[in-house]
Amino acid sequence: MSYVSRGFRGRRREGGDAARIPTGQYLTDDFPVLSAGPTPHTPLDEWTFSVMGELDEPRTWTWEEFRTLPSETLTKDIHCVTKWSKLDTVWEGVSVDTLLEGVETAAEYVLAYCDGGYTTNLPLEDVTGGKAWVAFGYDGEALDPEHGGPARLLVPHLYFWKSAKWVRGLTLRAEDEPGFWERYGYHMYGDPWQEQRYWGD
Amino acid sequence: MEDVDLRLDGNAIAGLLGEVFALELTGARAACAGCGTIAELGAEPVYAHAPGAVLRCRNCDDVMIVVVHGGGRYWIGLSGTTSIELRNSL
Amino acid sequence: MAGTAVLGRLTWRLAEVVRLVDETPRVRSIAFDVPGWPGHRAGQHVDVRLTAEDGYQAQRSYSIASAPGAETLVLTVERLEDGEVSPYLVDELRPGDRIELRGPVGGYFVWTPEDGSPLLLVAGGSGVVPLMAMLRHRVAVRDGTPVRLLYSSRTLEDVIYGAELERVAAVSDGIEVVHTLTRSQPAGWSGYARRIDDDMLAEVSWPATDQPAVFVCGPTRLVEGVAAALVALSHDPLRIKTERFGPTGG
Repeated sequence: MSYVSRGFRGRRREGGDAARIPTGQYLTDDFPVLSAGPTPHTPLDEWTFSVMGELDEPRTWTWEEFRTLPSETLTKDIHCVTKWSKLDTVWEGVSVDTLLEGVETAAEYVLAYCDGGYTTNLPLEDVTGGKAWVAFGYDGEALDPEHGGPARLLVPHLYFWKSAKWVRGLTLRAEDEPGFWERYGYHMYGDPWQEQRYWGD
Repeated sequence: MEDVDLRLDGNAIAGLLGEVFALELTGARAACAGCGTIAELGAEPVYAHAPGAVLRCRNCDDVMIVVVHGGGRYWIGLSGTTSIELRNSL
Repeated sequence: MAGTAVLGRLTWRLAEVVRLVDETPRVRSIAFDVPGWPGHRAGQHVDVRLTAEDGYQAQRSYSIASAPGAETLVLTVERLEDGEVSPYLVDELRPGDRIELRGPVGGYFVWTPEDGSPLLLVAGGSGVVPLMAMLRHRVAVRDGTPVRLLYSSRTLEDVIYGAELERVAAVSDGIEVVHTLTRSQPAGWSGYARRIDDDMLAEVSWPATDQPAVFVCGPTRLVEGVAAALVALSHDPLRIKTERFGPTGG
């Protein structure tokens, strides 16, 4: 049991719709930057996004090609495993459904891989059906490098470590294999509404 | 805030490491499993503003040590380190 | 000297505020009584943990400002604009209040008189705090180690420990303090008036052939720039120890 310091409150924001904030989370107005390493700075003329692995024909888009794909603006709540939640964040991105259109695969899982070496794993059905995007815009502007720009994966229904920054592709796989944080204790699935933060939660 | 500000020295996780290891680690030397560079852990860059603490090699930036603390448990990843040299006296 | 020591188990202790000193408009020194304090070495820090009534916790690291063996444990804290912990420590704490702290920690960024070489200390803003512990230790042991402190602040009123630094440099043998004020200077200021750069370091630092022990502390960018410049001046990278403060400050 820790000692309660007189008068300490912290910087949390009060209010907010409790129904939108999962257990164990605190509301924030900031957009904290968390990173496991230095920010990559891939020039756009070298950037590509690929879908590889268990499919007949791997696909790759250059930045120019990627930006001609249909995109949408969306407003979502996001929840970080480090306990902050931010409501009504506005993104612009290409739906992963668009990127996987026409793909035939027996794979049930994907591994997202990124500049700098970060990876994270997800079930294929959690990045399809309108649940995931490759986002290039935040709050009406180009996505900042410190927040994952030029593009990051966006999967708001799971803890935000699954929304991999600096994403460069998805590998379709038959088996679920742990990505970076999943190897070091974090939950393979990561549903904030079931507070699945760590192994075995 | 610029991304460079997130990069700290290994010393910044001395307390976290001290929760797990009986010997003070930041003065210990470790070899990077990637490039072989040997340096004191306190001198390696650390990214501690994350779901866990990630200590990287100052030469090649490979991940050397990962420490996650949560849910009543610690996870320690040392696979990026070939070995750690600890002296047993002051 | 590389510090590896048996720690036992690092535990959280309750520290009671005994005295507050306003160093500058943004910076306050807090002296604590810490029952059972095991002692520390100059340059080490403590982790501070605050708990709110509903269980919410925040934790930060702060360098110890007091020399080893001083009567109270002193932390010097700068209030950060968006800070979560520092505004509480600087504005809210009163004598008699208690906080949890853990330490001392950090065996790497440590100076002991046994080192024997000249000492170069380079500080940016509140990065001066752990270096002040080293300087205070050097003053207390009186071993004649030559020390130079190069200290960058925005303005004169932002200089922490100003009066004490002036006194120490005046009366102690072999201790020099060089200030640079980067944003504005008082009338008649004849000292450096810009950010620390290669030329300034070349002028102030001991020659590399003296093999000084070097400690650099402050914002990440300043620290990395200074370390790179000293290496370019042929200082041994292994003799340059850095403590980067990062976005959450000291």
